[in-house]
Amino acid sequence: MALFQISEPGEAPAPHQHKRAIGIDLGTTNSLVATVRNGLAVVLPDAEGRPLVPSIVRYGEHGVETGYAAMAHQTSDPQNTILSIKRLMGRGLSDLTDARRFPYRFVDTPGMVKIGTRAGVKSPVEVSADLLRALRERAEASLGGPVDGAVVTVPAYFDDAQRQATKDAAQLAGLPILRLLNEPTAAAIAYGLDNASEGVYAVYDLGGGTFDISILRLSRGVFEVLATNGDSALGGDDFDHRVFCWIIEAAKLPPLSPSDARLLLVKAREAKENLSEHESASILATLSDGTSVNLALTKAIFTEITGNLVAKTLSPVRRALRDAQLQSGDIKGVVLVGGATRMPQVRRAVAEFFGQPPLTNLNPDEVVALGAAVQGNKLAGNHEKDDDWLLLDVIPLSLGLEIMGGLTEKIIHRNSTIPIARAQEFTTYKDGQTAMAIHVVQGEREKVVDCRSLARFELRGIPPMVAGAARIQVTFQVDADGLLDVAAREQGTGVEATITVKPSYGLSDGEIAKMLADSFTHAADDMQARALAEAQVEADQIAAATEAALASDGELIGTHERAVIDAALAKLRRFRDGSDHLALRAAVESVNHATGDFAARRMDRSVSRALTGKRVDALSD
Amino acid sequence: MIDFSRNHFELLGLAPAFRIDVTELDRAYRQLQTEVHPDRFAGGSDTERRLALQSSAHVNEAYRALKNPVRRAQYLLRLHGIDAVSETDTALPLEFLERQLERRELAADAQAAGDVPALSALLEDARAEGRALEDLLADLLDGEQAFAMARIQVRELTFLAKLTGDLDGMLAASES
Repeated sequence: MALFQISEPGEAPAPHQHKRAIGIDLGTTNSLVATVRNGLAVVLPDAEGRPLVPSIVRYGEHGVETGYAAMAHQTSDPQNTILSIKRLMGRGLSDLTDARRFPYRFVDTPGMVKIGTRAGVKSPVEVSADLLRALRERAEASLGGPVDGAVVTVPAYFDDAQRQATKDAAQLAGLPILRLLNEPTAAAIAYGLDNASEGVYAVYDLGGGTFDISILRLSRGVFEVLATNGDSALGGDDFDHRVFCWIIEAAKLPPLSPSDARLLLVKAREAKENLSEHESASILATLSDGTSVNLALTKAIFTEITGNLVAKTLSPVRRALRDAQLQSGDIKGVVLVGGATRMPQVRRAVAEFFGQPPLTNLNPDEVVALGAAVQGNKLAGNHEKDDDWLLLDVIPLSLGLEIMGGLTEKIIHRNSTIPIARAQEFTTYKDGQTAMAIHVVQGEREKVVDCRSLARFELRGIPPMVAGAARIQVTFQVDADGLLDVAAREQGTGVEATITVKPSYGLSDGEIAKMLADSFTHAADDMQARALAEAQVEADQIAAATEAALASDGELIGTHERAVIDAALAKLRRFRDGSDHLALRAAVESVNHATGDFAARRMDRSVSRALTGKRVDALSD
Repeated sequence: MIDFSRNHFELLGLAPAFRIDVTELDRAYRQLQTEVHPDRFAGGSDTERRLALQSSAHVNEAYRALKNPVRRAQYLLRLHGIDAVSETDTALPLEFLERQLERRELAADAQAAGDVPALSALLEDARAEGRALEDLLADLLDGEQAFAMARIQVRELTFLAKLTGDLDGMLAASES
């Protein structure tokens, strides 16, 4: 017999509503989405049962494609098929030492680099948002409704700009984001909860494009990150590239077209993956000019050409141990994360360094997403057994301000536990100084030029005083996502200036709002984005042509006609940066119409000039 | 949330002293973070989340100030109105300074010569001096309550901590 539950008077039975919570591992090469189902973290596969989504977005003739659908076009349409976008997050063109590696049409914009595609110029935030949207849709289909909360992982060594860019992408994709979680920490949660581990562990996370090392202490339900280090531009991609370079050299190939380069990179990656299981891998390819490539890459050569990449991961490991004030022998276990840790030479180097075989009893591709799902489930408020654990993470890179002489004054040191707030007082340099330029930087180097510039702002309205008399308190606050807020205040007068460190890489709140609006307008039909891009090109062409004609032959038209043309041009400009391609087309049409007679008269004039045998440019003075 | 007016010792439930039970400090810290950490309020209102952020940051600051002996000594003096590391008063006993300068010179020579054992010995030496200073401070601060007098030792300990950090860095650079 079933027993009915009756609540106490005055105490409404709290409906235990299960929230749809997910964890997303947004990787350089592959991404995954996971959730907690019946107390167990599981990866959500696609209809064909594939758990991974290749982190590839294609801006195709018929809209946006992601994952395997986009992957199918990577060699045939390399400039519109975007891979490894994570490497560009929060980065300017000048930050990319390896820009030539990518076959993209880069657009150098202030802050973050952008990519010209068939669907217009795209920022890495927008490309990542397209990936996240696909993952969100997969989760919604599987969970049967909209996602209530998501945890998205980032490399532990991501700086503020890269983190903010990731958060913006999640927002743009319509994901209610609960937390940015560091990838090695996510892996530690999945591993630690699974194995009820206690002690100090190292997580060695070599992904497609990033490397992280985190040292954590696991004790009585507390995951405490002691130190983290890494390289946010080192990963499996670099191993592929070494093989790619070896192919070019061994086959003595001339400079390649983007399609051929992409083809050989794909072959390089396949060879790398084969070599984890075999002693030799054959590389067979036919290039677009009919040249055939037929090479055999042995494990010995592969290990040799990638040796310094493996060695490059060990310096951050040493630095992290030093910051944690530990020796390699103090580490109880080393957890391997990331597909690139499947390479035998990587496993060997890690085993040798720590003096113990690494732990490989979990899938290095899935463990981060699983940990993120567990954290997402907890943050969303779903109660599970054994969920009374606590996570204490750190900031990976020091945060500071520029002081006189182009030097950095650190305010928050790397590996400080977050959240954290620290204040420091500064003073004026000149008598009567009424404003102070505050330049926020991140990094470990002494000179400002060697650190990453995060933001600049000004504190104005300081009352004039002698140099050194003003007391300006600058407060840095880093939240649990690892994101920074800075406030400055003159202590005597209370003059204040505050900034959330965001616009430095080129996206302000307004721009994000606009992108969001744009994405909603175009979500139903990406063809519209393309139509808009085309209309914009047309609008720019006709505007430039009309202005040039007015400048050279303006005397051919009367005041009234001129006013009509000017009005049409003004309308064109108004719609140029809007999102309505139909209105823009109409504006282009009205400029065409207004300039019809003018164009005819100009034609007549040039015809008569040609008849009198004079060159047009001779008449222009 | 937490009471921001309480000092770090009160917040973490410890008697104000230089010698503390570090296990108890760790336990109290984790207990407090379990209560106030932003992860507990991820689905809360803006106010709740802001308060959690401020409280958690404050608890981290308190823990940081007490966990490390150098910072703990500085904080203890500050509670008694003494700024041991003021920028205007940096005097140190001459023989202490000479000893550290000599140590630094020897370390620089050892590093230039790639003499790792010599560097290790110098580091161990400096650490031993630091431990002896901590014992002395425990007597001065917890025994005699001679806070003003302890200013010099706190400053020496601060100086030594910086030096051992530098030597450790030189050693790491020489070893790799």
